[in-house]
Amino acid sequence: MDAYRRRKVIDVGARAACVAATLLAVVPLVSVLAYVVVRGAAGLSWSFFTALPQPVGEAGGGVANAILGSLQLVGIACVLGVPVGVLAGIYLAEYGRGRFATAVRYAADVMSGIPSIAVGIFVYTLLVLSMRHFSALAGGVALAVLMLPTVTRTTEELLKLVPDSLREAGLALGVPRWRVVLKVVLRTGAPGIATGIMLAVARAAGETAPLLFTAFNNRFWSASLVEPIASLPVQIFTYAVSPYEEWHRQAWAAALVLVVLVLLMNAGARVLTRARGRSR
Amino acid sequence: MQRPNALDLRRALTPSASFWAWTGTEANLGDRLFHGAAALCAFGVVAALAGMGVEMIRASLSSIERFGLGFVTEVTWDPVRELFGAAPFIFGTIVSSLLALAIAVPVAVGVAIFLAELAPAWLRTPASFVVELLAAIPSVVYGLWGVFVLAPWLRDTVQPALAAALGFLPFFGGPARGFGMLAGGLILAIMILPTIASVSRDVMVAVPTSYREAALALGATRFETVQVAVLPHAKAGIVGAVILGLGRALGETMAVTMVIGNRAEISASLFAPAATLASVIANEYAEATSDLYLAALSELGLMLFAVTLILNIGARLLVGKVGRAAPGVRGG
Repeated sequence: MDAYRRRKVIDVGARAACVAATLLAVVPLVSVLAYVVVRGAAGLSWSFFTALPQPVGEAGGGVANAILGSLQLVGIACVLGVPVGVLAGIYLAEYGRGRFATAVRYAADVMSGIPSIAVGIFVYTLLVLSMRHFSALAGGVALAVLMLPTVTRTTEELLKLVPDSLREAGLALGVPRWRVVLKVVLRTGAPGIATGIMLAVARAAGETAPLLFTAFNNRFWSASLVEPIASLPVQIFTYAVSPYEEWHRQAWAAALVLVVLVLLMNAGARVLTRARGRSR
Repeated sequence: MQRPNALDLRRALTPSASFWAWTGTEANLGDRLFHGAAALCAFGVVAALAGMGVEMIRASLSSIERFGLGFVTEVTWDPVRELFGAAPFIFGTIVSSLLALAIAVPVAVGVAIFLAELAPAWLRTPASFVVELLAAIPSVVYGLWGVFVLAPWLRDTVQPALAAALGFLPFFGGPARGFGMLAGGLILAIMILPTIASVSRDVMVAVPTSYREAALALGATRFETVQVAVLPHAKAGIVGAVILGLGRALGETMAVTMVIGNRAEISASLFAPAATLASVIANEYAEATSDLYLAALSELGLMLFAVTLILNIGARLLVGKVGRAAPGVRGG
């Protein structure tokens, strides 16, 4: 076999290996999604969305409190995390020059790689120990801390895309700088920032580890900030590692609800970005 | 005498002239407040990171004082007798993560090469989209899948086959349980693959097209082009991607906790149950009864925090270097 043929064969072989690797990577995704959809759909019912969990051994029941609890936790996280994150992003984009801004940027980047369970310990020692019990507030704070770096960096990146001529136009009209930032710059970047926030919320909604010992769990409804609260991911975990058939069924159904929620937010965020890209 | 104009009048009516002198003009007050608020929030980001470190050191102080450096090498973890050693969890974390890297890195680099270099244009966007969706699925859902699909499959199909073929090696000894180190490593591999693949793809895309054209013009095949023109320039970035993936693997909690078997033992066999730093925290933190127990668990968390912090800084230096170098090269 001459050298040319050999090179051809290696080329084809290597390309085939890359295609095979891609197919191999898709297998688990398809398997996870297929199982979640098939087993999850089998466990869905009306009462699943409206009823409280039943004690062990009794059929039926649902995870209504966990669904609501997840929404409450994500809501608390948004209220705490989004304004801080957006303002920090504004600082980096509009005022951020020099060493302090570099440090903030670095901290945000590094923070996004810190394991969420470590954030859980941080919030536990900060809030749970001082309040002496698990609480929805602690869970919300943990999720807010997890969202913070993403929101900050997305806001910065998007505000940097806003052309300077818009800022100059505002300033030339005699508008104070802070109003220019809020009314012109932020408004221009808003759709993109919304995308970033949605991605951060989607990630936070699926987090389990930091909630295990901050929000803990609750078998009943809870509207209180200082009581433990149920959430979908923790409920899935509890049900999945339990020995009961009925709870396994509900774990799959809850997983379906969670995955649909998270993927919808992700897909929505991406569509939003693409629509914006095209209109430019 | 001139009549006072409006501006003088306003100046005269302003309660504290020195206050305005301090803030500059009236319009500037809003600016200063806004600037201050934004800077405060930016400081909040740094404070959160620093606070995390400080709080975790504080929480683990009594354990650090009691066990000292011996904590790292002690193999006993017995909450009842209040004997705490981190060695089984350090072992479990390192082995499961390395196993995950060994499985995920070759596949991820293949995926990245396919997405960046080989895939037809119409396939690239949807394929990248799918790879990123993998990263969006919550870890507890992977765990659920691991418990009911992956672990039984390993127990009934993979582990008997491995034992039959390679059973003479200590790594594949013992009963096939499904739940154990192998399941933990495999689920980690599945979870870090998208991270490594998408970051590697990005650094490959950043390699200037002219390099590829030069290689192709010299008669290189498509794969040789990747070999000589793309990979050498993307190397640092790919290493960074692998380190980012490693950071995720070390800290990944739920999926691993659900399939690794959770036993604080060091075993040569990949079939045996094990535990990681993150999994033991997830399992025991909420139920830790004594202060020392809680401190020991916090110290495990502190180790995890410190290691991932260092890894992330390292990875970002590597990926950042590629990002900064690329525009300069492209300018030529």
